[in-house]
Amino acid sequence: MAKKTEKKMTSWDIVQIARHAERPNITSYIETMCDDFVELHGDRFFGDDRALIGGFATIGGEKVVLIGHRKGHSVEENIDANFGMASPEGYRKAMRLMKLAEKFSLPVVSLVDTPGAYPGCEAEANGQAEAIAHNLEFMARLKTPIVVVVCGEGGSGGALGIAVGDRVLMLQNAVYSVISPEGCASILWRDGSKAALAAETLKITADHLLKLKIIDSIIKEPVGGAHKKPATAIAAVKKAVLAEIAKLKKLTLDELVEERYQKFASMGRF
Amino acid sequence: MSWYENPVKEPLRVPTAAIWTVCPKCNSYIANEEWAASCKVCPNCNYHARLGCRERVKLLTDKGSFREINADVGINDPLKFKDASGTYANKAKAAAVKAGIDESVLTGTCKIEGSPVVLCVMDFKFMGGSLGSGTGERILLAAERALKLKRPLIIVSASGGARMHEGIVSLMQMAKTCAAIAKVKEAGLPYYSVLTDPTTGGVSASYAMVGDLNIAEPKALIGFAGRRVIEQTIKQKLPDDFQTAEYTMAHGFIDHIIPRKDMKAFLAKILQYAGF
Ligand SMILES: [Zn+2]
Repeated sequence: MAKKTEKKMTSWDIVQIARHAERPNITSYIETMCDDFVELHGDRFFGDDRALIGGFATIGGEKVVLIGHRKGHSVEENIDANFGMASPEGYRKAMRLMKLAEKFSLPVVSLVDTPGAYPGCEAEANGQAEAIAHNLEFMARLKTPIVVVVCGEGGSGGALGIAVGDRVLMLQNAVYSVISPEGCASILWRDGSKAALAAETLKITADHLLKLKIIDSIIKEPVGGAHKKPATAIAAVKKAVLAEIAKLKKLTLDELVEERYQKFASMGRF
Repeated sequence: MSWYENPVKEPLRVPTAAIWTVCPKCNSYIANEEWAASCKVCPNCNYHARLGCRERVKLLTDKGSFREINADVGINDPLKFKDASGTYANKAKAAAVKAGIDESVLTGTCKIEGSPVVLCVMDFKFMGGSLGSGTGERILLAAERALKLKRPLIIVSASGGARMHEGIVSLMQMAKTCAAIAKVKEAGLPYYSVLTDPTTGGVSASYAMVGDLNIAEPKALIGFAGRRVIEQTIKQKLPDDFQTAEYTMAHGFIDHIIPRKDMKAFLAKILQYAGF
């Protein structure tokens, strides 16, 4: 019975699960998946973004640098986390931590869950575009393994700014898109209520993205979504991340970086 | 991603006076000959109107030196995209007819005052200069050509950002182009980015902002999020100069603003400083 329910899910249903208020967030992952976590604050230029956090982490005995967008489970947490919408100082902090990872030969684990980069006046003034662009360029050449997991919402450039990895994994009910279904509907259909149709058309769910070779594999979720059994969902992410790190560690750093280059270079060749 | 916001219209042709062009910014009347002679720069308000990619190539390169490359790379329709107004495939065909180019970027090798470079020029007329997979592939191949020939890479951007019709594949072109540019820079070759009106969304958040030098035309719209989206988010009106080239330079993200007529000489000069 449960299988049948899942098969009938539309892209729009999956969007709702990806955005579910109780969906495991980075705090849940840190608590459940990490034996240890040392948060590292600040971009060393301007501030400390609470929408994008990171630090040293130990996952199943593996020392890594963990970065990721932060959403809250309560209104207060969400206000503090700016609903997961990062600012330039967040992207620059992520880069600083990734540089540390390279220096100390630690793999990077990046957890993606954002509606998008913050569209605010200060974010523009402080170079939102430059901060994201610089990360893309930098991550493409980073000499340490990078495993990305799209956990919830992969919202456009704000997601990609920490998502250039050797492996890009995606939870079964996560979404990853160039624009929100609502945004696309209001522009191309001139009707915000066509969001469900836009979601289907944009092919933003894990199965579509696997077929398009944008992601490498799908991490199964408990029936009904990760929020139904967070510990089970997070255990599956932990297992998948550790397996990928083990495989990536077998490559030389030159092989690793060249394979990452070829992976992204081939996207959009059909 | 805001290419669709298209805040500046193409110059209006006034039917009663076919000899005049109306400046899209200040609405002043300019004689067509003067408009052409100034390379579509308004003598009254200094607005630099949008140029087609071939006009731009003519303006920036030594006569007869431009050789197009990657012409065989065309558009892709990975999502088989269709919206209320029809299929992407048909829209792209219509856009190609309108713009006289089959993707939003023209790539080639050329000389600028004698210096050989690889040049990419975007064209806003093709689907708002949006970043499709054909655009990304042409830019990646151009960067790889620069590497192979050990030549500088110059990209002139004019784009509203990502192309929704290619969905996630469009988004990935941001990573793809930046990866190729990273290789060019790693090889010690200069990469110069020229930002023209408009350079926003996924193009500003990728190759347009990572130049060794970022150079802009006066008054060009440069930014990440669209003005309307920001105003809705912060529930305030934004100042008029928000996201202009001048604003972006004042905040530290542009090296220099260069008037159109001086751009070629400026590029030649900074190529010489880099040893080319
Ligand atoms: Zn004017």
